[in-house]
Amino acid sequence: MNPTNYVILASVLFSIGAIGVLVRRNAIIVFMSVELMLNAANLAFVAFARMNGNLDGQTVAFFVMVVAAAEVVVGLAIIVTVFRTRQSASIDEPNLLKY
Amino acid sequence: MNTFSAPEIDYSAIAPILIIFVAALVSVMVEAFIPRASRRFIQMLITYGAIISAGFWLFTIRDTRVITAGGSLAIDGPAIMMQGTILVLALLGAMLISERSLDSLGDSFAPRASALPGSVDEREFTSRGFTQTEIWTLFLFAVTGMLSFVAANDLLFMFIALEIMSLPLYLMVGMARRRRLLSQEAALKYFVLGAFASAFFIFGAALVYGYAGTISLPGISDALSVKTGEGALVLIGLGMLLIGLFFKIGAVPFHQWTPDVYQGAPTPITGFMGAAVKVAAFGALMRLLYVGFSGLRWDWEIIVWIVAILSMLVGSLIAITQSDIKRMLAYSAVAQSGFILVGVATATAAGIAAVLFYLIAYGFVTIGAFAVVSMVRDASGEATHLSKWAGLGKKSPMVATVFSIFLLSLAGIPLTSGFVIKFSVFAAAITAGQTWLVIVAVAASVVAAFFYVRVIVVMFFSAPTENTASVAIPSAFTTIALAASATITVVLGVIPQPVIEMVANAGIFIR
Repeated sequence: MNPTNYVILASVLFSIGAIGVLVRRNAIIVFMSVELMLNAANLAFVAFARMNGNLDGQTVAFFVMVVAAAEVVVGLAIIVTVFRTRQSASIDEPNLLKY
Repeated sequence: MNTFSAPEIDYSAIAPILIIFVAALVSVMVEAFIPRASRRFIQMLITYGAIISAGFWLFTIRDTRVITAGGSLAIDGPAIMMQGTILVLALLGAMLISERSLDSLGDSFAPRASALPGSVDEREFTSRGFTQTEIWTLFLFAVTGMLSFVAANDLLFMFIALEIMSLPLYLMVGMARRRRLLSQEAALKYFVLGAFASAFFIFGAALVYGYAGTISLPGISDALSVKTGEGALVLIGLGMLLIGLFFKIGAVPFHQWTPDVYQGAPTPITGFMGAAVKVAAFGALMRLLYVGFSGLRWDWEIIVWIVAILSMLVGSLIAITQSDIKRMLAYSAVAQSGFILVGVATATAAGIAAVLFYLIAYGFVTIGAFAVVSMVRDASGEATHLSKWAGLGKKSPMVATVFSIFLLSLAGIPLTSGFVIKFSVFAAAITAGQTWLVIVAVAASVVAAFFYVRVIVVMFFSAPTENTASVAIPSAFTTIALAASATITVVLGVIPQPVIEMVANAGIFIR
């Protein structure tokens, strides 16, 4: 199968993730959308590695997975703290900081 | 099957990064195994020891120009210059973090960041005098990321360094002792937007990799010079990489997080972050543009111009309307990013030197200004509303004068570092033929001067009211950091020649 299709799929997944971050209100869903964007990048890297015929892209994919895991640790810590304080995981509700 | 050959690593050249990184790992162990009572002292010992020894090591290898670790790290003149700047700023930042006499409750950080604000637990932790020592571990990791970020010579390492720098900062932002709701909100916003921006960065890296077949910046540059066609792939990729970096710099239109995070974060962290992240991110941005994408100069130049103009104008104009001193300094940081981008757009040796000089001088001003903000207090903690600063010049003339020096420097008034750095950036831009951009920049700095001077007027030319905040007496930590940044700001304004020669000798980014 033509590897270009995987690149197109990766772009579609990335766009879904980006739209998810912009329109969803629940912090956890927003966060999952960011993870989707990172994994779309992984797919693109692996597909391009196949097309370019070298292994750099596959190596990068491993590192991005590790970074995504680290981001989960930090992100969930922050989201859970905010949830415990406000009893809500809505992104829109914390609005004390303005002007 | 290809045979694997281990990359050669010049351990001496990357020792400053390794020293801080090892110190961070040791600091994790200290958190796990050392009893609470002695943790703070040991953590401070590790942090100061690591920063100072890394600084000395960097000084001894200052003439190194090498690409090492399989092409991942470029230790060249600008990298060493910026690593040195980051280490000095980290030293001053650590001093602000160590401060514990300003607040009657202790240092600036929540005794347990996990305890609910206003809960019994929180009061218990506070009354027992617990202190947060994890902040030092996070601080060291953030510095590791910054030192690597300015030296990263391939897209993967740049991404990893970006994350090592950012993830601890997200947490540190959420750890304020007072106004914890604001602090947590700032951490949430910073994290969500930061993760969003770094996802753009890595997807852009994927597209560039698809175009060039390599992730190393010199390799991308070679591919750009031989390849034709598939231009859209590399242009979209570069655009996404720039989104990630412009976000970290806080340039318009990616600046939305800046005021909220600057205001919500504990003030010592705001000062450290505002100064050091800017140095690190501009270092990475310049390396990306000059080493990797110099072949696309005509394309990125326009983007940098537009972002620079927007940052200068939007930052200056919105800062006028701010009534909170931290938010005002945040919008001023946005405007200053625009001024630095004017220098970045030149892409000449003089431009690089001017940007390096700008980052050094701006870093000290930022740390100093936020040190003053952390000292001006009333019963509820820091008094950041501008109305509470009215008449401060009569109540505490010394502190108000020092703050005025920083504001005048940010406004670019002669005899402060701000004038010299603005002059050198603008001069470099005119030499590069971008006179029209300099005209916009000068107009923006006139607007910006208005709100800096307004604070001085409020402090000195209005009578103190019962609302006026008072200045808390700091310990030696803040005093030294403040005195050092004020001295450097004035000295760089009066005798800038040594530093100008130093940044000129740093030379250009090697490839």
